[in-house]
Amino acid sequence: MIASSTVKRDNRPKKLVNARLFCPKSGLDEPGGLRVEEGRIADAGPHIRPSPGADELEMIDCGGHLLIPGLIDMQVSTGEPGEEHRETLATASRAAAAGGVTTIICMPNTKPAIDDVSLVDFIERRARDTAIVNVHTMAAMTKGLAGKEMTEIGLLREAGALAFTDATHTVGNAQLMRNILSYTKDFDALVVHFAEDRDLAASGVMNEGEVSTGLGLHGTCTEAETIIVERDIRLTELTGGHYHAANISCAQSLHAIEAARARKLHVTCGVTINHLTLNENDIGSYRTYYKMRPPLRAESDRQAMVEGLRQGNVDVIVSAHDPQDVDDKRRPFAEAADGALGVETLLPAALQLYHNGNIELRPLLRAMTCRPAELLGLPGGSLEIGGPADLAVVDLDKPWRVDAPMLASKSKNSPFDERVLQGRAIKSFVGGTCVYTLSQSRH
Amino acid sequence: MNNPPEAQTVDFPHKHLLGIKGLQPAEITSLLDLADAEADYNRTSIQKRDALRGRTQINLFFESSTRTQSSFELAGKRLSADVMNMALRTSSIDKGETLLDTAMTLNAMRPDIIVVRHHAAGAVELLSQRVDCAVINAGDGEHEHPTQALLDALTIRRHKGHIEGLTIAICGDVLHSRVARSNILLLNALGAHVRVAAPSTLLPLVADRLGVEVHTRMIDAIQDADVVMMLRIQKERMAASMAPSTREFFHFFGLDMDKLRRARPDALIMHPGPINRGVEISSAVADSSRSLIREQVEMGVAVRMAVLQVLARNLPE
Repeated sequence: MIASSTVKRDNRPKKLVNARLFCPKSGLDEPGGLRVEEGRIADAGPHIRPSPGADELEMIDCGGHLLIPGLIDMQVSTGEPGEEHRETLATASRAAAAGGVTTIICMPNTKPAIDDVSLVDFIERRARDTAIVNVHTMAAMTKGLAGKEMTEIGLLREAGALAFTDATHTVGNAQLMRNILSYTKDFDALVVHFAEDRDLAASGVMNEGEVSTGLGLHGTCTEAETIIVERDIRLTELTGGHYHAANISCAQSLHAIEAARARKLHVTCGVTINHLTLNENDIGSYRTYYKMRPPLRAESDRQAMVEGLRQGNVDVIVSAHDPQDVDDKRRPFAEAADGALGVETLLPAALQLYHNGNIELRPLLRAMTCRPAELLGLPGGSLEIGGPADLAVVDLDKPWRVDAPMLASKSKNSPFDERVLQGRAIKSFVGGTCVYTLSQSRH
Repeated sequence: MNNPPEAQTVDFPHKHLLGIKGLQPAEITSLLDLADAEADYNRTSIQKRDALRGRTQINLFFESSTRTQSSFELAGKRLSADVMNMALRTSSIDKGETLLDTAMTLNAMRPDIIVVRHHAAGAVELLSQRVDCAVINAGDGEHEHPTQALLDALTIRRHKGHIEGLTIAICGDVLHSRVARSNILLLNALGAHVRVAAPSTLLPLVADRLGVEVHTRMIDAIQDADVVMMLRIQKERMAASMAPSTREFFHFFGLDMDKLRRARPDALIMHPGPINRGVEISSAVADSSRSLIREQVEMGVAVRMAVLQVLARNLPE
């Protein structure tokens, strides 16, 4: 995996034909085609058909498959800078492209943390030089993610930081959180907070309950999350800030958020694909690939997350992509690293909810396309004319078996390893350039 | 201009000057008229006169201040008062009790006017309740600093001829500023259009109820302003994460030539001092010909002379 695996920019006009056009934003769902010019969507509709010889446009046959806006993944950790052995921007971008994800938002929990203007600039330059999908970064909201001093939020925002987060750290100091929510508001920036009360979660390594008791592992109660979410909602009400609970995992947190939205507060939330499709029982006999924060919860909580998604109260689905070295996972459960790979399997895993009849395609895809775009003020996430030609061609039905060694990530800690999933991206386009095509042998 | 200004014309039915709050616009205007005359008289060669001869003025400063204390001292001396300075920088002792004990001790000395600065809001008013003499608030915590507002108004009036209708932007740490509070009250009373600009963390939660236009982008606040009034920000605010850093504060809220271009070409630049160069104001702006920072100091003496005289007039003979 050499970093210089960039794809040559392809500015030629082209048309994608024989597709099922599907735009989660507009609700468009019809057979047709799409024309790309200058990296943008120039036209889309049933009138764009294969026309051999009639024009010189390059033509791509979508084989009747779904053509959707490329996914936007709001929570991707890489190891760059500092831990490039886990993942680089280049390898993460290849994994994203293979998953139909055309925009990734990096977390600032790198070494050093992205808490300074020069580091935002570093990510942007490295991504431009090495990545094959769009890469943006969130910046730390406290210096060194230490939860003590606010970062230079205004300057970071001007440098291109999309939002502010301490990744998997929680700001315990309520006055500091108030200042951050108040200050970010002036720069129209979103605060993305990982909610976990440090003291309550202190030694917990999985959900607190029957399973943890049976395994003899320390549990983390759901209250550890909900207490912080509820505190933050009150501070949002006080300050008028824009708050996003990064990845909630339990029904009570969702209820708190629903109540806040009913009061018209600027409160949104995300859920990881893991918490929508897996639960604490998957840990089985200490399988560390299912160790993550927040921990996988009870089945009832998972169902509540799916219901929240269906009703639109869960705004976004994130992969929470967190590549870990195999040595850090091959340890006793309590000592193993947290985190799971996710960006490449985000869409296929999410499609399980659709195939199981849990949710319609539109609300499912909305949470990975137009909704994150709206929250972060990004272009894309739709098939609107004039928007960037960030696209994915998706074979909805094809069953395939996840084989972790074949994933594009540098690390292989996928909780979906060896599972049979149904549906995947077969082509991805970023700014009109094809960045991924599923090889025939694997299809 | 050889006759000294007369305080007799001023109608000021107050024993103390504790704040701008409670003053009528006409009272403020007549105080400014007197101070205006004092300023002119101060520029003549004969400055000293007998208006307060035989009166005792005590400057009681619980918080250190070079310019305000010396301004009050000079004002008293020009009027021939006997001026005594007491600097009581107490930090560890029980303040409430000490303040009242001090008040009673001083009262026993039978002064005529006490000028008080204290770090706690309301301390000056508390002291005024326990003494027989007139009390002037020279700044109490984050509450009021009435003579600063008066000298600012005088400075503006001498340049613009009036206060009414002017657009005045007050920028910086509004939340912790007694100067901002007194100025908002005074400028509003005289019909100015007041804007404040600060990051939300340095604005009162209810800033929109102060009768001012609230901005969190300084460039919006100073757009077409007639006066740009900067406030001092203390470094402690950065440590408390109310603003991230000096660098960022200056970038968004520091007055430099670039931002100043938004204001009217004849906009006045003011600062109560002492200034933090490169934090809330650039040296180029602070030292420019449009900066009235030194003139504010001069007007300070004139305003304090006016205040001392009108309060002395209300004292028993």
